[in-house]
Amino acid sequence: MSERDFDHPDVVLVPHGPMLLRGAESVQDLEGTVHAVDRPVVALCRCEKSSRLPWCDGTHKVIPR
Amino acid sequence: MRLPKPRGGLSEWLVARLAEPGLTGSAPGADSWDDESISLWTLHELSFRGFEDADDRAEWDPDLLGVRRDLETALEERLRARWTEAGAVAAPAPADVPTALEDLVAADDGPSLADFVRRRADRDQVLELLRQRSVYHLKESDPSAFVVPRLPVRAKAALMALQFDEYGDGDPNRLHSHLFARGLEAVGLRAEYGAYVDDAIPENLEMNNAGSLFGLHRRLRGAAMGHLAAFEMTSSLPSRKMVQGLERLGLEGPMADYYDEHVEADAIHEHLAARDICGTLADDEPDQAAEVLFGAFTCLDVEARFATAMLRVWEPQR
Repeated sequence: MSERDFDHPDVVLVPHGPMLLRGAESVQDLEGTVHAVDRPVVALCRCEKSSRLPWCDGTHKVIPR
Repeated sequence: MRLPKPRGGLSEWLVARLAEPGLTGSAPGADSWDDESISLWTLHELSFRGFEDADDRAEWDPDLLGVRRDLETALEERLRARWTEAGAVAAPAPADVPTALEDLVAADDGPSLADFVRRRADRDQVLELLRQRSVYHLKESDPSAFVVPRLPVRAKAALMALQFDEYGDGDPNRLHSHLFARGLEAVGLRAEYGAYVDDAIPENLEMNNAGSLFGLHRRLRGAAMGHLAAFEMTSSLPSRKMVQGLERLGLEGPMADYYDEHVEADAIHEHLAARDICGTLADDEPDQAAEVLFGAFTCLDVEARFATAMLRVWEPQR
């Protein structure tokens, strides 16, 4: 394999899943509350059914598509 | 940690040999699955933290490596036979590896210990489960750490991102195995590394041995990463149930916090593992695609067998 640069986007939308966000320092939720980020990557809920919004908790997996 | 209690002729020989390196003579066969499992667990442990009453040089003792190889060969054959028996899915195209992993996890119908904890377990049963789980959680993520130098660029970077989070993002107080140790202490259990190995049932030892086998062999890097992906993909929702069960029994505090951390962390890790680690590994090394699925199946299979064994004792009527 030749040496090359790789795609490494800051935002990745997972099919039927959350939005992965890299390198963020804070995230504002739907109520306007700002949450500090202390991980290199976070998963943001897109189904709005998570028990800990704005973060994904895997709940989308049990929602019928 | 001190050497574990022998469970038969082979582990008796092994423990004596580790305690007194001068001994010679060849290893007897194992008396039972239990004997075999604790022996392999002990041999693997020499490559993790070791034992205060064993010679550190035993890790690379050729006689002991021979015993370890025989036990590992038997274990790997057993695990692969179960994958074949379960109808081993054909190797997916590299781009389809994340979806194939999702399908495998979705098809898993093993019993859920987290469900049991959430709904019905009593306090003693939860404490027994935590003692069993401590065998792995006190060395959480350590087997996968061995795989880092064996991966191509993209998978290596992604595994490091995942491991960095597992190891506390640079903060020792947030290291997952440390969070679990704090949890054990808070519920009145022993928190030192390896504290409850002597209580581990063979299904639990086999679960740990499979993870260590995959992590310690470069040849099995694909299986190790598939195993990691399945583990992360089946962690978020069950961790939430563990929190609910612990709170129901008045065990909120550091142990519930440990599981609470995994609800969020593993909702991220599962995507890193399935897509950025396993997906890119299969893209760079297509022959690893089938191994990824074998490893993922094994993770689900050993957990199902462990859960079945625990529930058989707790709920024989069901």
